Amino acid sequence: MTDAEREELRRHGILLTSLEELYNWGRSNSIWPIQFGLACCAIEMIAAATARFDIARFGAEIFRPSPRQADLMIVSGTVTKKMAPLVVRLWNQMPEPKYCIAMGACAISGGPFKQGYSVLKGIDRFLPVDIYIPGCPPRPEALLNGLIKLQEKIKGEKLTGPNAARHVRADVNNEHPIPEYGAHDLVPSKNTALWSPPAPPTA
Amino acid sequence: MNAHPYAFLALFLGVAIAFPLVLLGVAWLWVRFFQPAKPGPLKNSTYECGLAASGETWIQFKAHYYLYAILFLVFDVEVLFLLPCAVAFTGLSTGALVAMLVFILLLAEGLVWFWHRGHLEWK
Repeated sequence: MTDAEREELRRHGILLTSLEELYNWGRSNSIWPIQFGLACCAIEMIAAATARFDIARFGAEIFRPSPRQADLMIVSGTVTKKMAPLVVRLWNQMPEPKYCIAMGACAISGGPFKQGYSVLKGIDRFLPVDIYIPGCPPRPEALLNGLIKLQEKIKGEKLTGPNAARHVRADVNNEHPIPEYGAHDLVPSKNTALWSPPAPPTA
Repeated sequence: MNAHPYAFLALFLGVAIAFPLVLLGVAWLWVRFFQPAKPGPLKNSTYECGLAASGETWIQFKAHYYLYAILFLVFDVEVLFLLPCAVAFTGLSTGALVAMLVFILLLAEGLVWFWHRGHLEWK
């Protein structure tokens, strides 16, 4: 049965489900982010947890102070080169399945501080980012939208087969090497397995 | 056939043991096939807020610290009991006053004992 057929049945009030769907439904509605803010975006992230925006509606209100109990890292704010190894280490300490949201222009690309010698030009140089939330800083609603997008992504994950999610595949390790402080830049300055510079524009 | 009058207890025991075992078994199977653990030196290291762990991961607290804490708690509770007594002091009978004095004297004796033993000095 295809997803479209199942949706069609649902419209007629017949609920069919699978173990995979139930599992993903449970996971997507209990995402626990790690309590980890870097800059201004973190204030918006904190606001998302307050009563006005109420991230608890999505079961994601439990911001864990330990990476051991978290499955979502919201990189909220400017990642400095000094902070980047710590971000990657925390990511490595999180158990699978884990997801990463790059929140705000800085986390995506360095944002207004892109030219700064101390700022990492995007956390996707070191971590596999699942959802990008643009904005400077994005409002809490934007974070909630990113969370909903992540929920959709989790709900679509497969447990078996060639397209299985990375966390069920024993051969895929989602730990990434931690960059070290070099004389002028992080060493290495990017994780080449994850990120390669975009091709120069052809005139 | 007459079952033993306590046979149902054995049945209960069996169910009580089997129920959690089945759940643990299912959880184990699930982890085995759908959530393979991927340990590594980093993941198993001590959580240090993102910094590399340094030094021993096991530390010993001084037992003295707990003595201090208990002492604090004792006199903290004393204040709690003294407050209503002080508020209602003028309306209390002699018996209540004597009871309160006994309470305070017992605490004072404890304080003297602590002081005498040198527990109030941080070593």
